[in-house]
Amino acid sequence: MSNPQQLRYSKEHEWLSAAEDGVSTVGITEHAANALGDVVFVQLPEVGDTVTAGESCGELESTKSVSELYAPVSGEIAAVNQDVVDDPSLVNSAPFEGGWLFKVRVTDEPADLLSADEYTAYTAG
Amino acid sequence: MSSTEPRRTALDAVHRALGATMTDFAGWDMPLRYGSEREEHLAVRTRAGLFDLSHMGEIAVTGPQAAALLDFALVGNIASVGVGRARYTMICQADGGILDDLIVYRLAETEYLVVANASNAQVVLDALTERAAGFDAEVRDDRDAYALLAVQGPQSPGILAALTDADLDGLKYYAGLPGTVAGVPALIARTGYTGEDGFELFVKPEHAEELWQALTKAGEGAGLVPCGLSCRDTLRLEAGMPLYGHELTAELTPFDAGLGRVVKFDKEGDFVGREALTEAAARAESSPPRVLVGLVAEGRRVPRAGFPVVADGAVIGEVTSGAPSPTLGKPIAMAYVDAAHAAPGTAGVGVDIRGSHEPYEVVALPFYKRRK
Repeated sequence: MSNPQQLRYSKEHEWLSAAEDGVSTVGITEHAANALGDVVFVQLPEVGDTVTAGESCGELESTKSVSELYAPVSGEIAAVNQDVVDDPSLVNSAPFEGGWLFKVRVTDEPADLLSADEYTAYTAG
Repeated sequence: MSSTEPRRTALDAVHRALGATMTDFAGWDMPLRYGSEREEHLAVRTRAGLFDLSHMGEIAVTGPQAAALLDFALVGNIASVGVGRARYTMICQADGGILDDLIVYRLAETEYLVVANASNAQVVLDALTERAAGFDAEVRDDRDAYALLAVQGPQSPGILAALTDADLDGLKYYAGLPGTVAGVPALIARTGYTGEDGFELFVKPEHAEELWQALTKAGEGAGLVPCGLSCRDTLRLEAGMPLYGHELTAELTPFDAGLGRVVKFDKEGDFVGREALTEAAARAESSPPRVLVGLVAEGRRVPRAGFPVVADGAVIGEVTSGAPSPTLGKPIAMAYVDAAHAAPGTAGVGVDIRGSHEPYEVVALPFYKRRK
């Protein structure tokens, strides 16, 4: 698998797009989706919610387990992906595209976000 | 066992070549899934799936008093099992607690194959060895003597028929006969843990890969796919089949688990647990303990083992197994609940999922039954 170069990554396996008008898109990586297995339920924050970098803001249920969804940055939720709520398998089939989770108006970001190459190395072990 | 290195089955290289996600299961490195576990599950329900179950624990019991030993050591009437037939049974402690659930195959008049869960194989082996004292019978650890492959699903008879001359039509559910599959000597058993028709094939480990490849090829046209332990768990859950460590434990008797029918008091001679189980049977009649029920979600959050079952804000039971059901399209669970809430359709029952009480419908087990 390859991690898109234009994205940045958290150590909790979320990806973050470059901001457009201050708004970034967030999803989970293909590495994370593969580790989870078939995702069957996605609980996302609501538009207008404030999220804090590194803190839980939702959950992903797969056949075997439930995982917390962590916000990779701080900010206000600008949009959520209703398609992925209706069809959680998008997280598995298109984690970097149709399986995006939410858009966030970024107010603060941690210093330890990873580049694609850094994330690839981080998950290689 | 002191070793922390996971054991690998004879098919380990095959799983890796197929890109399986592996998992530790009872000390074995086993395939969890090859691709989507949901697709694997649906393949078994509609077509066929191929499993490596070599982690299961085979124990041979042989000798003139093999039947008498098993009648003493297990709760079932094993002497009454005909040659070529199999029986689902249990081994209990003297206090009636379940040590394991087992399938016992009678291979010959004085030869049985006991198949234990991987997690309990050593416990069962030790108990059988101890209980064999005074019997003219031998208990032998045969775990390394077999690899176990399973072909499960409605297409499995056709797939297997292409590879064997054995009389599969004459092989009934819970029967097993020695034969040859794809040129490999095998014990062919019509058993499984999926709720579908299917076969389990016990072969020598050195023949496992050859048999796997032959089954894969024979199943190509029928849509057979390799299947991991993840879908095996959801398949057995839909079929309402108990799993040791979840629905069955040493703290429960077969009567507590709703499986009192496996205990045969009318067999000859004493057996380990008879006294305690007689009391457990009476207790189950007079004051029913918690009852194993099915729960179907109205929402989409998934109950997991250990989650409390609630009604009117009070805890009335506990989930033992839970998963999203690929066949029903909603989360399902098995749970022990107080008898007052156990009737199908009981209103107001929910599962506490991380603090939120999600509504659940109480249903009779199984969730899924195949059409015959």
